[in-house]
Amino acid sequence: MSMLKLHYIVPGDDFTRAGEASGDVKHKLKKLGYNPTAIRRVAIAMYEGEINMVIHAGGGEAFVEVDPEKVEIVLVDKGPGIADVSKAMQEGWSTAPDNVRSLGFGAGMGLPNMKKYSDEMTIDSVVGEGTTLKMIIYAQSTKL
Amino acid sequence: MQINALAEKLGWKLLTECDGSDRTAEGCYCGDLLSWVMGRAKADDVWLTVMGNINAIAVAALADVSAIVLVESAVLDSEALARANQQEIAVYSTDVPAYETALKVAQTLE
Repeated sequence: MSMLKLHYIVPGDDFTRAGEASGDVKHKLKKLGYNPTAIRRVAIAMYEGEINMVIHAGGGEAFVEVDPEKVEIVLVDKGPGIADVSKAMQEGWSTAPDNVRSLGFGAGMGLPNMKKYSDEMTIDSVVGEGTTLKMIIYAQSTKL
Repeated sequence: MQINALAEKLGWKLLTECDGSDRTAEGCYCGDLLSWVMGRAKADDVWLTVMGNINAIAVAALADVSAIVLVESAVLDSEALARANQQEIAVYSTDVPAYETALKVAQTLE
């Protein structure tokens, strides 16, 4: 049974607005009385995904589905794709430009954090076409 | 310990409308790379940083840290101040570097 279905447009190249979607999801989960640990994990994992779409893909879309057991986040972009997913998953590996680093991003921790805070994560990326990333966070997960 | 009490004890200057009196400091995390902070800081940590931009406010809100302390008098820009007020994040300032500030927090929370 789905409690909430949400859809967001994440604008590209606008770091001031990144975090609006994940912030809204956090707010709505709080209102639902969701498990606070799960809320924190959803918020961080989704924010990292938003930032990735802003930095690398010129923005994208986020689809969030909430049910009592889990939150499913699907991030879809039409960016350049990830050439080497296993490298991108390594802590410290980053292709972010210098202007992004001066904002405090580009440490190569985005995807590793998303993996860390989600219970399940799949990346479907085609170079030149885009990336679809799916994360599931269980309300009662004991992962962290 | 309540954030506003900790701030008073350590002489931090309040920059925002929210003083953190509704939050407690359970620990402390130092760092300026935002994803590193999101990956390692714990909920209710006091976050010591020099990053006073709007993204730092987003990170503080999403990662549930109890307050931001801008060390070495690092600047909170106007956009970040507005967002912090809107999201009720307490931001303090000190001219003391991160290392000494973290030491003082640790001693006070012991």
